[in-house]
Amino acid sequence: MRPLDAIGYGLASLGSNRIRTLLMLLAMSIGVAAVVLLTGIGNGARLYIVDQFSSLGTNLVIVIPGRAETASNTPATLVGETPRDLTLADARALARGDAVQRLTPINIGEMNIAWRGKERQVPLVGSTAPILEIHHLQMDRGAFLPEEDMEIARPVCVIGAKVHRELFGQQNALGELVRLGGFRCRVIGVLGSEGRSLGLDTEELVIVPVAFAQMLLNTEGLFRILIEAKDLGVIDRLKTHIKTTIAKRHYGEEDVTIITQDSVLATFDKILKVLTLTVAGIAGISLVVAGILIMNVMLMAVAQRTAEIGLSKALGAGQLQIMAMLVTEALLLSSIGGLIGLGLGFAGSWLAVQFYPALNATPPPWAIAAALGTALGTGFIFSLLPARRAARLDPIRALAGH
Amino acid sequence: MIELREVSRIFHVGGQEVRAMDRISLAIQPGEYLSIMGPSGSGKSTLLNTLGLLDTPDSGAYLLQGQDVTSLNDAQLAAVRSRTIGFIFQFFHLIPRLTAQQNIELPLLLAGVSRRERTLRSTPLIEAFGLSDRSNHRPDELSGGQRQRVAIARAVINKPAVLLADEPTGNLDRHSGADIIELLEGLNQGGLTLVVVTHDPEVGERARRQIRVVDGRIAADVRRA
Repeated sequence: MRPLDAIGYGLASLGSNRIRTLLMLLAMSIGVAAVVLLTGIGNGARLYIVDQFSSLGTNLVIVIPGRAETASNTPATLVGETPRDLTLADARALARGDAVQRLTPINIGEMNIAWRGKERQVPLVGSTAPILEIHHLQMDRGAFLPEEDMEIARPVCVIGAKVHRELFGQQNALGELVRLGGFRCRVIGVLGSEGRSLGLDTEELVIVPVAFAQMLLNTEGLFRILIEAKDLGVIDRLKTHIKTTIAKRHYGEEDVTIITQDSVLATFDKILKVLTLTVAGIAGISLVVAGILIMNVMLMAVAQRTAEIGLSKALGAGQLQIMAMLVTEALLLSSIGGLIGLGLGFAGSWLAVQFYPALNATPPPWAIAAALGTALGTGFIFSLLPARRAARLDPIRALAGH
Repeated sequence: MIELREVSRIFHVGGQEVRAMDRISLAIQPGEYLSIMGPSGSGKSTLLNTLGLLDTPDSGAYLLQGQDVTSLNDAQLAAVRSRTIGFIFQFFHLIPRLTAQQNIELPLLLAGVSRRERTLRSTPLIEAFGLSDRSNHRPDELSGGQRQRVAIARAVINKPAVLLADEPTGNLDRHSGADIIELLEGLNQGGLTLVVVTHDPEVGERARRQIRVVDGRIAADVRRA
């Protein structure tokens, strides 16, 4: 039989039992659509997070006190204690590297802010002027923290838009004195309402000079130090600079953890890829179920078409040809079902994008290939048994089965 | 052209041995018109199936056009069936979803003949068999006689050397049956070897050579003058 004739013959035989064919197409297409849609959403989530990180600038290096990666089992690590704090002096020393573009120390805490009897609790960030650039913060009005030595505990603050709204309402906040913990400090600026970096809502923030924050929070230690490298090429040099500087200052111990955006990105990327693969695998199971359905229905079809199969044998079709005819039917079913499923999957991702424009839910090419491949594969594998049964039918009995 | 030598076929039914063919020897010359008659269960269908390569004997030799076909594998048997043997069945065995023309062309389709060539070969047959106005109808829209004509056209489209008919009139009324027999005899007069298995003495006795099978043996082999 010629390939085109085989396809035509297969299509005709599929068309002769519409309901059965439609049910199998439905099963196949739902399976493929599930794979396409779920991997699309998984991939979209991955791209979204990667994008969020890149918006921070990928040449950012974060220094965290204590070693997380290569901790040995000392009593200190058992109780989770940081052996030595990162201090402002460390930050100053780190700032002297030639690979450093900008550097800012960070301290965080919770603090009460009050103005004329109104009071609320806010997340407090102690930092320096460069954080504006590093974190891409926007100013609504006024000025940001002054560019000056990080040791100066100037009692000024920059407040988030929501804090401003709740404490001052329509009134002017610039130049007003607010009470922050036990200290008074002057409001010098208001942050813009846009922007949310890494979980901290900038609308609710209060930012003060880092030395002032240390005073307020009564601590010497820093939460972390953010360092922006001059460019991506010098990140390795910057890391060495951080290690040697800290080791020199901490009596030979490299007791800090250095996180580059790349490594964070890579980790998230890996996690989300595995997640995407997992959901794809779960969706793949539905494809296998569809395959089993195809097998059952094909077995039924073989039983129904016994006479036709016997006849084909009498008319000169060999076992292989009979098998090829039935497998062709199954492959036609799974490829048509697969294409419909692709259509449904893409329609679903398109819909998802309409509802969540931030989610770029494009199914990755490998998922499309895998879904179609699995559809064809299950169609093929699960049609082999019925096809073999058909091919082995005794033509005499098959013809007598009338 | 057909020669069976000491061919036996044994079935086991419920622990019992049934000799459907018991050392049958038979030679059929090209262009012969042969009928095989006998009571039910006498082995005449097994004989026909063996001649048509649908059944393989347990012992003995079968020479078809000088070639020993007992040792051929499945694919080779299928090829020989496709080239040399045409089948006609009591229940027509047309494929319901295909039109008359498509049913007639089915052996060509299976053999991998191009669509152009298929049409070229089926059109004159359809005309000769008086099916021109029915060629696009499906089997359920045809009368019994018409269905059997389609089946005969299908059996001869590959230009086989021998035509094997299993109760070709068994499912037809007298008139259509006579019609079909005339058609088959016409094909035989054109040189085609014709073997008819039948219960119906009226049909069987028209053949020039009549074989009677009883208990898996040839009980009589009569040539009409």
